[in-house]
Amino acid sequence: MLAEAGIGRFEELLEQIPEPLRLKGLPDLPPSQSEAEIRRTFGVLAGRNYDPQKTVSFLGAGVYDHAIPSAVDHLALRSEFYTAYTPYQAEVAQGTLAAIFEFQTMTCELTGLDAANASMYDGASAAAEALLLARGATRASRILISPCVNPRIREVVQMYHAHGDVLIESLPEDEGRVDLAALRAALATADPPIAAVLVQQPNFFGLVEPLDEIGAIVSDGEGRRPHLVVSADPISLGILGPPASWGAETVVGDLQPLGIPAQFGGPSAGYFATRRAHIRRMPGRIAAETTDGEGRRGFTLTLQTREQHIRREKATSNICTNSALVALRATIHLSLLGPRGLRQVAEQCLHRAHYALQRLTAIPQVTRRYPGPFFREFVIVLPCPAAPVIERLYAEHGILGGVPLSRFVAERENELLVAVTEQRTSEDIDRLAECLGRVLGEDA
Amino acid sequence: MSGETHPVPADSAACRGSVGLIFDRSQPGHRGFELPGLDVPVSELSELLPASLLRQDPPRLPEVTEPEVVRHYIGLSLLNHHVDRDLYPLGSCTMKYNPKINEDIARVPGLGGIHPDAPREAVQGMLALMWQFERDLAAVLDMDAVSLHPAAGAQGEMLGMKLFRAYHDHHGNRKRTILIPDSAHGTNPASVAMVGYQPVQVASGDDGRIDSEKLLGMIDEETAGIMITNPSTLGLFEPEIGRVAERMHAVDGLVYMDGANLNAFMGLASVGAMGVDAIHVNLHKTFSTPHGGGGPGAGPVGVDKKLEPFLPTPRVVKDGDGFRMTCEAPHTIGRMHPYYGNVGVIVRAMVYLRTLGAEGVRAVARAAMVNANYLKHKVDPIFPVAKPGPCMHEFVSSLAWTRQHGVKNIDVAKRLLDYGFHAPTVSFPLIVPDAFMIEPTETETSGSLDRFAGALARIANEVREHPEVVASAPHATRVGRLDEAGAARRLKIRYEKPEDAGADGR
Amino acid sequence: MEFPKDLRYTKDHEWMRSEGEEVVFGITDYAQDQLGDIVYVELPEVGAALTQGEAFGSVEAVKAVADLLSPVSGEVVASNEAVNDDPSVVNRSPYGDGWMVRVKGVNASEMDDLMDAAAYGTFIEESGGEAE
Repeated sequence: MLAEAGIGRFEELLEQIPEPLRLKGLPDLPPSQSEAEIRRTFGVLAGRNYDPQKTVSFLGAGVYDHAIPSAVDHLALRSEFYTAYTPYQAEVAQGTLAAIFEFQTMTCELTGLDAANASMYDGASAAAEALLLARGATRASRILISPCVNPRIREVVQMYHAHGDVLIESLPEDEGRVDLAALRAALATADPPIAAVLVQQPNFFGLVEPLDEIGAIVSDGEGRRPHLVVSADPISLGILGPPASWGAETVVGDLQPLGIPAQFGGPSAGYFATRRAHIRRMPGRIAAETTDGEGRRGFTLTLQTREQHIRREKATSNICTNSALVALRATIHLSLLGPRGLRQVAEQCLHRAHYALQRLTAIPQVTRRYPGPFFREFVIVLPCPAAPVIERLYAEHGILGGVPLSRFVAERENELLVAVTEQRTSEDIDRLAECLGRVLGEDA
Repeated sequence: MSGETHPVPADSAACRGSVGLIFDRSQPGHRGFELPGLDVPVSELSELLPASLLRQDPPRLPEVTEPEVVRHYIGLSLLNHHVDRDLYPLGSCTMKYNPKINEDIARVPGLGGIHPDAPREAVQGMLALMWQFERDLAAVLDMDAVSLHPAAGAQGEMLGMKLFRAYHDHHGNRKRTILIPDSAHGTNPASVAMVGYQPVQVASGDDGRIDSEKLLGMIDEETAGIMITNPSTLGLFEPEIGRVAERMHAVDGLVYMDGANLNAFMGLASVGAMGVDAIHVNLHKTFSTPHGGGGPGAGPVGVDKKLEPFLPTPRVVKDGDGFRMTCEAPHTIGRMHPYYGNVGVIVRAMVYLRTLGAEGVRAVARAAMVNANYLKHKVDPIFPVAKPGPCMHEFVSSLAWTRQHGVKNIDVAKRLLDYGFHAPTVSFPLIVPDAFMIEPTETETSGSLDRFAGALARIANEVREHPEVVASAPHATRVGRLDEAGAARRLKIRYEKPEDAGADGR
Repeated sequence: MEFPKDLRYTKDHEWMRSEGEEVVFGITDYAQDQLGDIVYVELPEVGAALTQGEAFGSVEAVKAVADLLSPVSGEVVASNEAVNDDPSVVNRSPYGDGWMVRVKGVNASEMDDLMDAAAYGTFIEESGGEAE
């Protein structure tokens, strides 16, 4: 081939790289492995993790063990979807674009808003970008964050808003939820002006926030109305009202509960929905319906002038690659569930979580941490540090009993966040209660 | 011209039709997935949740059976070009083959189903994998440390800029600007702006490389650093990069490399030796992880030791015989990813690296360069290559001559779709008029490249003899050229049932 | 390509017409041709203060977006909202129905900076464009 191209030896091509910049020797990597060796090597690594097919999990805190319908894998793993490129040449990407259009529609339906994008990296960066939108739209630079937002979301928000004299303030907590009186007071003075209030629903502790009251407080505030930004779990939106009903300006969230395996935390995808008036401030790709020259319906990317490849430093965001395949999985998942299926999943989580709380608080010295309505997760207080208890539950009983809150706040060392999805049977729950009781030295 | 070119279907009208949506198949009462019954006590909903917060109306999701869902998405999938079908010669995208062993391993439940908050003892395999991959990547790049946090190349760029800020703040440097060549990808200035630095554009020289004299003259005490792509987006290696880095370091500025084009010299050149302080790598480009219709990818960043103290947390560290995650890093810039990075993508990339091995890594870059130069040689007589001389892994041609026939480069791109190929990158970089940026990658054979060049030759003849066929392309796709202006004016971005449209407004 | 003789022009491809105490401006035929199909125009609110040379809005096409820079300083009296009901009017009639902003309180000396039709045509040719 080189000869045909008129090049004598490969070394002539290598001359493009000055000698001092060439790598001396080969990179420090093991030699090439065949498929069989790869399977063995990575089988060993997998063997050093817990076996998800044999281990009952009550872990949540942002990643949930929901059932994934088998059709999702079969469809999303088709080469036509996963080896396709970004749909810049629309005529040969109608599959990808139609699916994005469906995803945007479903996002609007769940949130009650009228503009959605093709996905963000994850729920955390989606929240950060929603706050960037709020700052741009209101021209204010003060952000109030509920103390019951997942601490990791808060940290990512801080990363994205570290510049430009932005004031990020945490609101006080009242029994595991946002302190409404404090929120009201902050909005009454609004000095300096507030760009946005960020709230999570259900919140990090699993509690359902009074979005109706929060929405009313935010719209009653002084001066220019700040954006109410809600980070909402998508399963919960099968049973809870769409946040737009209470004045949410932008709603974001993480799609992991909709057909995405845990994958040690990524990749997931974030959804992003806002009011149509903000569409030109919205980050990420947007698919729109259109026609060809003969009036046939098709789909294309639109408003690309917001994006980095055209707007460059004035772009709404630097995002290019997003999480298209993950959003596709979520779209297929929601298509299989339908509205009644989604509601049923939500209701099952609700009833199973309540049953679990009842069984666990029946163990002597285990108490419920917060009053108030909850959805799929709750916090219990143990009579001793939770992290060693969880390690023993795993080592001795093969159960992942929950996420110790000491992973987030050192002082909360006796507290445990327990998640219960529709996959946890009554036997699983009874077994957790029994084993936890045993580990704590009591009979359940 | 050797090789066979794809014939264009004689009756292209037969393939035409509107694109269907899942909502078109919705029928009330249908459902695609059932749950087992409830085996726990059930309370009244009103006892558990406040009525005021409950949904009044169900969301209008489609009601479809599983067979209908499957038929719909199979049908959609058939409308996509994909790299498993044929070539995507997109410049700087490195659309190489996605090995299937990567998928198999990533989906092993013991790797793909692991919760990020499980106790340390239960996830030693994941921690070992991530710890090792950081070192593998550092070895390939010849850099000191790696962060796996960034979820994409653009987020990697943002991380790089944040590391620059942290470094300068830590050293009390008052810096304001980042120099960026005019041939840079749009994410570069966008990422700079997101961290509050000001991007300053530097014009390229006549040979398509950075004009190093001009650039050196623009470096002053306020220059925080430079963001450079190497090879440049014209596929040309930047030989002056060492000199630029030296001058930058002399004012305590930093050098960031956009590693999108790493496929050109992986295993052949040392990024560390170039004087680079931070570089992001696109796993969905160089490391064969799938593109997925637009993502997910991953953009891990390799750094010089001077930037290591500022890397985001948590990070994996050794702990006796095992590993643990730590947030103990006094100068860390904080958290960029809600967990540890796109680990699912990282697993695929690591399988790829293990499949290649040390020799294979170098062989990839060699083959990428050979293929690009071979294809350049074939394409140059058809559409002249912008810059003379050997290229690295990609090259840029100009299609300006088609204008005299009333045809533009975008028309040739659309006509390529009829021949079963995806078009190259169109009209980028901006410094070449009517550009086609072409990157074949190493996984194409000479036969496949001959077919592609053959199609270009046929289209060039069509431009001369039947320009109207090219100007009105594509003809063999499900829909013809779509009305993008109308799309942007109408902004119909969600489905409305026909009876609801109008009532709900646009 | 049209450059009406009764108008004044800027290097940013905007035109301006004096109407008594007020001026009206928009983008030129050359600008709309370069941009292609226009899909959206962002205009200032009535009462907004404009400063010569500063951005007061933007014109968006499918693959490009351009800031609108004010030819003169003054106060906005009216914005042509019709332009967003049908953005293609800017392509069809850039000097007529595609007008953008009406401004009062203009400093007469600022208008000296503007080019006449002939000078604008030459300006385009010299910067590598085609005024035909």
